[in-house]
Amino acid sequence: MLIAANVGEDVFRAVLQGTPPGAVFALIALGFVLTYKTSGVFNLAFGAQAYVSAAMYFKAKVEWEWPTFWAFFISVILLAPAIGLLLERIIFRHLRTAPAVAKLVVAIGLTVAIPALFELLAGFEAVAGQTPQGILPDGASVFYDPFGVYPWSRNELAQLLVAVTAMLLLGAMFRYSSIGLSMRAVVESPRLAELAGVNSNRVSSLAWGISSLFAGLSGVLIAPRFNTLAAPDFFNIMVVAIAAAAIGKLVSLPWAVVGGLGLGITISLFTTFLPRWSDDLSWLRPFQENLTPSLPFVVLFGIMVLWPGIRQSIDSTDPLSGVDPPPPGLASSARSKRLTNVTRVTAILIIGICAFWVFAKADVGWMFLVTQAVIMSTIFLSITVITGFAGQISLCQASFAAMGGFAVFQLADRWDIPVLLGALIGAAIAAAVGALLALPILRLGGVWFAIATLAFAFFFDSVMIKFSWVGGGDTSLLQGTRVDRPDMFGIDFNNDKSFLLLVIVVFIIASFLVVRVREGTVGRTLQALRGSEVAAESIGISPVRVRVTAFALSAAIAGLGGSLLTIQQENVNYAGNFAPFAGLFWTVLVVTLSARTVEGAVMAGVSFGLFERAVLRNVFQLSGKWRFVLFGLAASQYARHPEGILEYGKGRSFGRLDALLDRWDPRSSRSGDESSSESEEPTVDGDSAADVDGAKTGGTR
Amino acid sequence: MSHEPILELTGVTAGYGPFRALFDVSLSVPEGGAVALLGANGAGKTTVARVASGLVKPLEGSVDIAGREVTGKPTYHFARSGIVHAPEGRSVFSTFTVEENLALPFGRTFSRKGVPAALERAYEIFPQLGNRRKQIAGTLSGGEQRMLCLARALVESPKLLIADELSLGLAPIIVDQVYDLLEKIREAGTAVLVVEQHVGHALDLCDHVILLTHGEISWEGPSDEARHVVASTIFGSPGTE
Repeated sequence: MLIAANVGEDVFRAVLQGTPPGAVFALIALGFVLTYKTSGVFNLAFGAQAYVSAAMYFKAKVEWEWPTFWAFFISVILLAPAIGLLLERIIFRHLRTAPAVAKLVVAIGLTVAIPALFELLAGFEAVAGQTPQGILPDGASVFYDPFGVYPWSRNELAQLLVAVTAMLLLGAMFRYSSIGLSMRAVVESPRLAELAGVNSNRVSSLAWGISSLFAGLSGVLIAPRFNTLAAPDFFNIMVVAIAAAAIGKLVSLPWAVVGGLGLGITISLFTTFLPRWSDDLSWLRPFQENLTPSLPFVVLFGIMVLWPGIRQSIDSTDPLSGVDPPPPGLASSARSKRLTNVTRVTAILIIGICAFWVFAKADVGWMFLVTQAVIMSTIFLSITVITGFAGQISLCQASFAAMGGFAVFQLADRWDIPVLLGALIGAAIAAAVGALLALPILRLGGVWFAIATLAFAFFFDSVMIKFSWVGGGDTSLLQGTRVDRPDMFGIDFNNDKSFLLLVIVVFIIASFLVVRVREGTVGRTLQALRGSEVAAESIGISPVRVRVTAFALSAAIAGLGGSLLTIQQENVNYAGNFAPFAGLFWTVLVVTLSARTVEGAVMAGVSFGLFERAVLRNVFQLSGKWRFVLFGLAASQYARHPEGILEYGKGRSFGRLDALLDRWDPRSSRSGDESSSESEEPTVDGDSAADVDGAKTGGTR
Repeated sequence: MSHEPILELTGVTAGYGPFRALFDVSLSVPEGGAVALLGANGAGKTTVARVASGLVKPLEGSVDIAGREVTGKPTYHFARSGIVHAPEGRSVFSTFTVEENLALPFGRTFSRKGVPAALERAYEIFPQLGNRRKQIAGTLSGGEQRMLCLARALVESPKLLIADELSLGLAPIIVDQVYDLLEKIREAGTAVLVVEQHVGHALDLCDHVILLTHGEISWEGPSDEARHVVASTIFGSPGTE
C-alpha cells in the first residue's frame, strides 16, 4: 500500500519538522528582500554580514565569556549596523545609479571580503566542534505541540517568532510610514526623490542600518543550527533563502516568509514520504536521494526560467539617469606605435626573466604555484569570454571546471583513457552542458543570469557530485585516488618542468582562440548585444546562437582548465578547488582586474597562484586571507571602472608614458597602432564605438 | 517687477563629466515672475533647469535662492527651499501608485485615514489622476504621467516651479489645459521658469524671455520683443534643428 494508515499524523509531523528550517529560510529571505527593497542592491553579502555578527557573538560570549546581553549588544546592536553604515557610506552611496549588475559584482566581492576581514581583525577561526550558542537561555530545551507529535526547541521558536514579527513590523513600515515610501523612492530614483525634498543620503544610510541590523539578528538567531561557524554555510543558506525571496518577486515580505516556510515544509514532506514511496516504486529512488537537497536550487532555477514576471521587477531605469556623466570609455585608448614597441620589448624582457627564473632557479613549491597560476589563467579565460565579451556574470564556472576534472578522473579510472584525451573530452562535456544550460537562461538579464548560474552551481554541488558517474558518490574517487600525469611523445609529464611547458602551450592555444573569437563575428555580435539588445535585434542579430556559442566556449575552456588542475594536483579535490564559494572568488578576481583581455586573465591567474606567497607572505608577512579582503574590496571599483582596474591603470600609465616619450623624441609620429597584440585593446574608444562596429558586422551578415 | 529674485544664477558654467553644456550663464527669476528659457536642441536649456534645482552642480558661478547662496548644496535643500522642478520626460516613480507619487513630497505619516488636503487639490486640478489613485504610475499613458509629474510639483505649493518641456508628448488640447493651469499658478503668486521648444505658449505665459545658444545666453528681453528674435535664432540660424 502506497499510503500509510497514519498518514495524517505523518503530514502533521512533517509540517512541524519543516517549520523551523523554513523559519530560518524565511528570516534570511526577509532580510534579503528588505535590503533589496530599501537599497536596490541584490545583496549576496547579506549572508556574510549575518556570519560576522554570529561569529562576533560567539567570540564575545564563549571566548571572552561576556554576559549574553553584552555579547548580543556588541554583535547585533553595534557591529551589524556599523558594517551596514560603513558599506553604504564608502561604497553603495556612490553606486545608487549604477546598473544592477555592477552592484551585484560589488556584493559578490563583499561576500568574499567581509568574512575574511572580520576573521583577520578579530582573530576568529572556525574550530570544528565549537557549536555556536543561541541568544536564548537554554535555547536547546524543547516544547512539544499539544498532540505531543514533534518537539521544537526554544531557538527554533524564537526564529519563527522573529520572522513573523519582523514581517509584520517591516510590512507596516513600508505600508504606513513615510520612511518606507522614501526608501523605495530612493531606490527607484535618488534624484527624483531629492527633487521631492527627500534627503536620499540619510534615507539610504537608514535603510542600510536597518537591513544590516536585521542581518546581524538573523545571524545570531540561526547560528545554533550549525555545528561550526563558517562563512560558506551562511552563503549556502542565503542562496536557499533567495529561492524563498524569489517566490515574492524579491519585493514581497509576506511572500518571502511564505516561501521560506513553504520550502522548509516541502523538504520535510519529501524527506518523510519519498523513502516510503520509493520502497514500492523503484524509479523514485534517485529522486528520493537528490530532490531534497536540491529542491531550493531547482525552485530558484525554475522561477528564474519559467516566470517572466520576475525579470521585470529589477533594473527599473532612473528617469533622471541623463544627469550622470557619460560612462567612461575603455581606458586603453589608441596609443602610439612607438609606445607599443616599448611595451612589447618590456613584456618580452619580463617574461624572459620570469621564465629563466622559473625553469632554472625555482624550487618545487614555486614550480607548483607557477604551474597553478598558468592553469588558473586558462580557467579565467572562460570568464573573459562570458563576462568580458558577453557581458554576463556567470557564477558556475567552477562547476564547469569541476566537470573537466571529474571527466579526466572517471575516464582514466574506468577505461584507462589517457588523461590528455580525457581533458579534451571533459572540455567537450562541459561545453555541451554549458550549451544546454544557456538555452533556458540566455534571455535572462544581468542579475538573473548570475542567479540562475549560481542556482546551477549549487545544484551541481548538492546533487551531481554525489553520482558515482560524476563525482564518485560513495567510491573513493573524492578521497585521494590519484590520477597519473601523461607520458606522451617520449616526454614524461611527471617532470614538473615538462608539465609547466604543457600547460603554457595549452594556455597559448586557448588565448589564441579567445582573441580570434573576440575579433570575429561572435565577438562583435556579442558587443552589439551588450550595447543594446533591442537595437541589435532590430537590425537582424539573433542573440540565441551567439550567446549559446559564447557560453559553451566559456564552459569548454573552464572544463579544460579544470582538467589540467586535476592532472597537476593528481586529484580532483572538489571542495578545495571547485566549490561554488571558491568560484565566487574567481569571478571577483577576474572582473576586478580586467575581464576584457587575455592579459587580465593572466594577471588574475598570477594573483591567484602567486600573490599569496610572493607578496603577502614574503614581502608583508601577512596571512593569505588578505587576498580575499584586498580583491573583494577592490571589486567595489567595478562600477567606476567596468573595464577593470588593470585596464584603467594601464590606460593612465600609457598616457603618461606616451607623453614622456614625446618629450624625449618630439619628432616621432603619434599614429595609432593598428596591429595591436593581445595585451593591447582595440583602438576603438568606449563601448559605444565598439557596439557600432559590432552592429555593423551583425547587420551585414 | 520690483521683487527680489527668487532664483539667481551668476556666471554659471556646468556640464556632465568632461563635457561642458553651459558657459557663464547669468539669469534671475523675480518672485512671482514668469521667465521662458528658449533655445534649439542641445542649447543647454535642460541643464539650466537642472542647475536651478540643484540636480547639476555648477563648476563655476553661484546659485542663490531668495538672496541666499545655495551653490553646491544637495538637491533636496533646493526642494525644501521652495524650488520645485518638473523634469522633462516621464519623470514619475513608475513602481509607485499615483497616490504614493503625490504623497512623497510631504515626508510625513501617510495614514489611510485621510490623504492630505493638498492631494485632494491635485485631484481637483487633474480629475483623471483622481480616478486612478491606486494605479501604478508606470502603467499610466504618457500624457497622464506628465500630468502626474506636474501634479507632484504642485502639491507642494512651491515658490518657483521649473517646468521642463511640459508640452513634449502631450496632445495639443492637453497642452492648452496645462498652460491654462500654469497661468493660474502664476496668478496665485508662484514664480515660473518655463523651459520650452513650444515657443507660442511660452511667450504668451511669460513676461521675460532668455534665449540660449550653444550653452550661452544669446538674447534676453521682454517677451513681446522676443518673437522675431526667437524665430530667427531657433529656426533661422545655421546648425540648429
